[in-house]
Amino acid sequence: MRDKDNPKKANRPELRLHVPEPPFRPGDTPDFSSLKVPAAGSTPRPDIAVAAAEIEPLAKGLVRVLDDDGAAVGPWDPKLDADTLRKILRDMVTVRIFDDRMYRAQRQGKTSFYMKATGEEAIATATAAALDREDINFPTYRQQGLLVSRGYPLVEMMCQIYSNKGDKLRGRQLPIMYSSKEHGFFTISGNLGTQFPQAVGWAMASAIKGDSRIAVGWIGDGATAEGDFHAGMTFAAVYNAPAILCVVNNQWAISSFSGIAGAEKATFAQRGVGYGLPSLRVDGNDVLAVYSAVRWAADRARSNLGATLIEFFTYRAEGHSTSDDPTGYRPAGEAKAWPLGDPIERLKAHLLALGEWDEERHEAMRAECDAEVRAAQKEAEKMGVLPEQGRDNIESMFDDVYADVPWNLVEQRDQAVSEGRD
Amino acid sequence: MNMIQALNNAHKVAMERDGDIVVYGEDAGYFGGVFRVTEGLQKQFGKTRVFDAPINEAGIVATAVGMAAYGLKPVIEIQFADYIYPGYDQIVSEVAKIRYRTAGEWAMPMVIRSPYGGGIFGGQTHSQSPESLFTHIAGLKTVIPSTPYDAKGLLIAAIEDPDPVIFFEPKRIYNGPFDGHHDKPVKPWAKHPASEVPEGHYTIPLGKAAVVREGADLTVLAYGTMVHVALAAVEENGIDAEVIDLRSLVPLDIETIEESVKKTGRCVVVHEAPRNTGFGAELTALVQERCFYHLEAPVERVTGWDTPYPHAYEWAYFPGPKRLKKALEKVMAD
Repeated sequence: MRDKDNPKKANRPELRLHVPEPPFRPGDTPDFSSLKVPAAGSTPRPDIAVAAAEIEPLAKGLVRVLDDDGAAVGPWDPKLDADTLRKILRDMVTVRIFDDRMYRAQRQGKTSFYMKATGEEAIATATAAALDREDINFPTYRQQGLLVSRGYPLVEMMCQIYSNKGDKLRGRQLPIMYSSKEHGFFTISGNLGTQFPQAVGWAMASAIKGDSRIAVGWIGDGATAEGDFHAGMTFAAVYNAPAILCVVNNQWAISSFSGIAGAEKATFAQRGVGYGLPSLRVDGNDVLAVYSAVRWAADRARSNLGATLIEFFTYRAEGHSTSDDPTGYRPAGEAKAWPLGDPIERLKAHLLALGEWDEERHEAMRAECDAEVRAAQKEAEKMGVLPEQGRDNIESMFDDVYADVPWNLVEQRDQAVSEGRD
Repeated sequence: MNMIQALNNAHKVAMERDGDIVVYGEDAGYFGGVFRVTEGLQKQFGKTRVFDAPINEAGIVATAVGMAAYGLKPVIEIQFADYIYPGYDQIVSEVAKIRYRTAGEWAMPMVIRSPYGGGIFGGQTHSQSPESLFTHIAGLKTVIPSTPYDAKGLLIAAIEDPDPVIFFEPKRIYNGPFDGHHDKPVKPWAKHPASEVPEGHYTIPLGKAAVVREGADLTVLAYGTMVHVALAAVEENGIDAEVIDLRSLVPLDIETIEESVKKTGRCVVVHEAPRNTGFGAELTALVQERCFYHLEAPVERVTGWDTPYPHAYEWAYFPGPKRLKKALEKVMAD
């Protein structure tokens, strides 16, 4: 390039690209002291008819109910009865044990892939408790707690993970990509964000038909960068869709921290305000805050006040999946340093503080859940594990592409059956 | 009726029979669509069943997925087929796959309507023929009518179909059949027998081609606007060709194709879309696989060029009777 063609001007500063970096990398000592954590109970609880702009501070703050002593405080305390709290606690413990067993099953070569929800169990289980059984979820891959809470048989979940003969999805989906219409759990997609505007469409349909059911859409912090996130919010706002739009901000999208999705500049909840959607940022490790926020949003949706955006602020304590090694991009011990604690321990402390729980009962419940998961695993493995699959019933591969099997698939089915698997 | 009126009538007939059908798209509600296919529907069926959508094709398709999951039957309009790409992920990864990945637990009965093709000086972004991008995707059906009568019968069949259907409407022939001679005005459908469109309910089954001209010497496989170009080329050049209007590309009426080519021994495939990996490549391969020992000459393809759609050079791009004539003569000479 000749000097006269050089677009740089001596009197102007050289432009620089900003690439966000997380505060800590492997080898660093994690220190979250700069994270502003408002005191439990300090966030106001507005009327459900409030306009988005009026509660913008709630999109930057953090709705919290459980304080450091395990007491429920402030206007967002849903004042749940002890049975409901114990049910959520049990669901969370079941999810954690289930995750551990299935993680190990993957390491033993019994399946191809697994994704844990460790540290995030409160979000799905408390949401399930706050919804009506008939409401539908359009989940991502880390909401297994919705199924556990709604009583989807653990054996069926495992059969899906093993793609075995008991797999209702007939071996066509990755492990953990469940689908259960009966349990209001829409089929999971590997293309991130797609389910978010789909939930809005379901909610619009419910409104078109004068139904009373609502839809909940789920998305991760990383996938908020997808166009579908914005499509979902646009349609939800335009048509006042009876939907709850949930962003699970667990800080990490595989190895990319939330800043790569724009978290340095604004919270994920703040994105809703611009669309005119009342938006809340909620302590995702606080069962009571999650429950209360979802109930608030559900009440809004059911009252024809439209959709709410909720950012659940949490931390992905484990790797993204069994294919991920988080020690390559973040410091060891970061999960332990997370200032919002462990959701199971926090709810346990609350129940203990209420005098509705004790260590013995907790241990007995944990042992029961463990036995239940082990029994389910034994049952599921009787129907086979992944490496043994794909030999029988090859012709089933050609079903369900269309309602009827067209001529080209009939011909290919015959060929595939005659060739066999190998 | 012209094709626009026939499609409008198809909506009305289907919506009167089924209260779960909802229609929406950009400008599709109050105004009735930029081509007026949905005109009057909002007035008749109310604005919660027929409404305008934001300019967001991904959102239009995605909300239709949610509506179909709920149990409604969405019929959505993508204003031009060229605008379908922002919604492509939803169509390919979701609409097409949901029945399969849920082992039939959730079906996706919906119709994605879109005006497509060239011949109206629409430039690159109002002229494309992207049908092969959809025929390649398992789980989708792709339908393209060539007459008002077919358009109505096929659209009602598509709406009533349990699978998702991509319904491309050839906008060059919305108002009348096109004889390929672009220096003459398009004749209105008025005097064409296919413009006799009954008011009531009827369907044309998806996967059933029409033999629009019987002939002994050559088979021309065409769909959409190109059916009319093929008929003009055949008539004007005195070739006794059989012209088949495929009507739906998926499912494809392989029996009619096979029977005809085995009878004539020669085949020319014509479409507006670019040649490279276009649907003509599939048709050519199928004919070769199934009719090779009956063929008297190699199968010839007449297509748009492998370039983006050029505005000012539209008539050198768009296949017309002249380009088709060359191919017909070449195949007949072998």
